[in-house]
Amino acid sequence: MNETSEHTDLNRREFLTRSAATAGVALAPGVMLYSVAQARPADEPVSSAVRWGLLIDTNKCASGCSDCVSACERENGWGSGSTDETHSDAAQKAQWIRKVEVKNTETGHAFTLPMMCQHCENPPCADVCPTGASFRRDDGIVLVDKHICIGCRYCMMACPYKARSFVHETLTDQKPYAPRGKGTVEACTLCVHRVDAGDSPACVEACTAENHNAMLFGDLNDPASPIAKTVATYATTQIRADLNLNPGVRYQGI
Amino acid sequence: MTCFANLKRSLTVLATVALLGASAPGGAADSGIPMPSFMEPQGTQCVEDTDFMRRNHMEVILDHRDKTMHEGIRTKKHSLKECINCHAADYQGDEKSREQHFCVSCHQYTAAQPDCFQCHSLKPEQPGAAR
Repeated sequence: MNETSEHTDLNRREFLTRSAATAGVALAPGVMLYSVAQARPADEPVSSAVRWGLLIDTNKCASGCSDCVSACERENGWGSGSTDETHSDAAQKAQWIRKVEVKNTETGHAFTLPMMCQHCENPPCADVCPTGASFRRDDGIVLVDKHICIGCRYCMMACPYKARSFVHETLTDQKPYAPRGKGTVEACTLCVHRVDAGDSPACVEACTAENHNAMLFGDLNDPASPIAKTVATYATTQIRADLNLNPGVRYQGI
Repeated sequence: MTCFANLKRSLTVLATVALLGASAPGGAADSGIPMPSFMEPQGTQCVEDTDFMRRNHMEVILDHRDKTMHEGIRTKKHSLKECINCHAADYQGDEKSREQHFCVSCHQYTAAQPDCFQCHSLKPEQPGAAR
């Protein structure tokens, strides 16, 4: 009985010191003096608490610019970022992201936007895949598991956004963190290798680095994230929203 | 023993001796297939015992790849990329040193043809590009 009373006998000075330290660490609810590490721990599985999304502001997207495309090519090792695919013609070569020029013929309004895998909540590619290789990860990223992919290309047919490409040739110049191979289908992975490490996709980083600021990446489920705040404030649209796929990529100004 | 039994015994002994003699270690000299010779791995030791890895590295990688792809688990211990980063740290991608590559030389010796490297790069990750 004497021992327990010692443990609970916290004197006033100690109490004040401890509560001051705790208060100093948390100034206000949600505001911390230190920043929490962005990346999920490597041994922790992804969860649906997070939904990764992209917001593209076409008002800021310039017509001649393809910084996002070049960055993706360099990062993931396709197109100009690879020495492979020398025998494929333009229509056969892989394309993970492309710039699309659109013009409203009624009004004459022309705009441009980058088009990549829209990382739908109800992806048709995953629906039709006969092997389950095309799948949606719990955190919203839609991927091709090339270990399982048989290269039937049903997903390419099903995708309304023509986001996927088939690899026709033997590849030798892959990036170690972005495997790709002949006979499988591939698409934008939202730079899953970067996202899992706490970074943003290469396209977004390039767009921001060049000060165009047309692309924003973040967690749509986190009300404090810049992307969630922006989509809550300004009108944004999904391309082919009528298909009810609920893509994670949203556009402003279209 | 009968004459026939004697003959049978001699032939059995002869056959056993011949078989034992043929399976001497150092198959290189006898069979002409080069023993695996590869560049030195970096690091002090592998994540598992050599004997365990010799028999089970396929299962280890097979299990880990599903965890990485579908659950986003990127622990380094059984990651193929990390194996290559250590075991093939000096490989630059040129044709000549490909036969000295850890994975390639051993699979050539065993005549195993896994299709891993149709997609996965044999090259180690460059520092700075590491994810």
